[in-house]
Amino acid sequence: MNDKTRVATSEPAQRTVLPAVDVYEDETGITLLADMPGVPRDQLELKVEGDALSIEGGVRALTPEGLEAVYAEVRVPRYRRTFTLSRELDSARIDASLKDGVLTLRIPKQAHAQPRRIEVQAG
Amino acid sequence: MYESLLNYPSSLFGELERWRRELDDAFGVSGLPSSIRSVAAGSLPAINIGRTPTSVEVYAFAPGLDASKIEVTLDRGVLRVSGERAPSLPQPERGKVNIYANERVAGRFTRAVALPDDVDPAHVKASYKDGVLQISVARREAAQPKRITVQ
Repeated sequence: MNDKTRVATSEPAQRTVLPAVDVYEDETGITLLADMPGVPRDQLELKVEGDALSIEGGVRALTPEGLEAVYAEVRVPRYRRTFTLSRELDSARIDASLKDGVLTLRIPKQAHAQPRRIEVQAG
Repeated sequence: MYESLLNYPSSLFGELERWRRELDDAFGVSGLPSSIRSVAAGSLPAINIGRTPTSVEVYAFAPGLDASKIEVTLDRGVLRVSGERAPSLPQPERGKVNIYANERVAGRFTRAVALPDDVDPAHVKASYKDGVLQISVARREAAQPKRITVQ
């Protein structure tokens, strides 16, 4: 856990929305899925700073020339969400893939943190 | 009619409900008409609609679908988008998998929007890219703006 006091940094003024996520853990790591429709690969930004993992993505420009918006449910074309990782996770080996607007992250546990079965010697 | 019976006069949630109504009244939300086909916020897919002089563009934000299983129909001016999203969480075997967040909606969905009267149902194009389904419906020529020369 981070016991240092974090000084508030000035956040970018851009508005963002939280993408919906699924998070689950198994013996070897944590998998995170995030819905980020409209985000192409080059607009996706993944960052690990200390123990904070942040995912951010901008929706590509969809509108053709001369488009007049009639109705909009997606008004903020930018997703952003930050998670705090714990120490037994290996943030250097995170695997990421982006397909059809779904970001999948696989965060493995450090090798020494994976459960080991301890043999009991008979004797 | 019996809704008020559920609100205990001194309960916290009763108070929240009262605040919510007051806010609705203050911001004029409650009186506005809503589309007969509008859905709750957060339903899949979210829809944006735009108009150009030659077409009506509908964008459905539906991530993680199999493009071949998306159904788009246009019937009597109502555009319907339906599909199914497979659940992505593994079946929780006892003690093996812990699920912490399950915010992504899965299952079958359908959304319908009424398009303007001037669309041409014979010219519809749909494409799926980066989790966004774009449907482009052409507008009839008669509806397109024309420049009239003054003699």
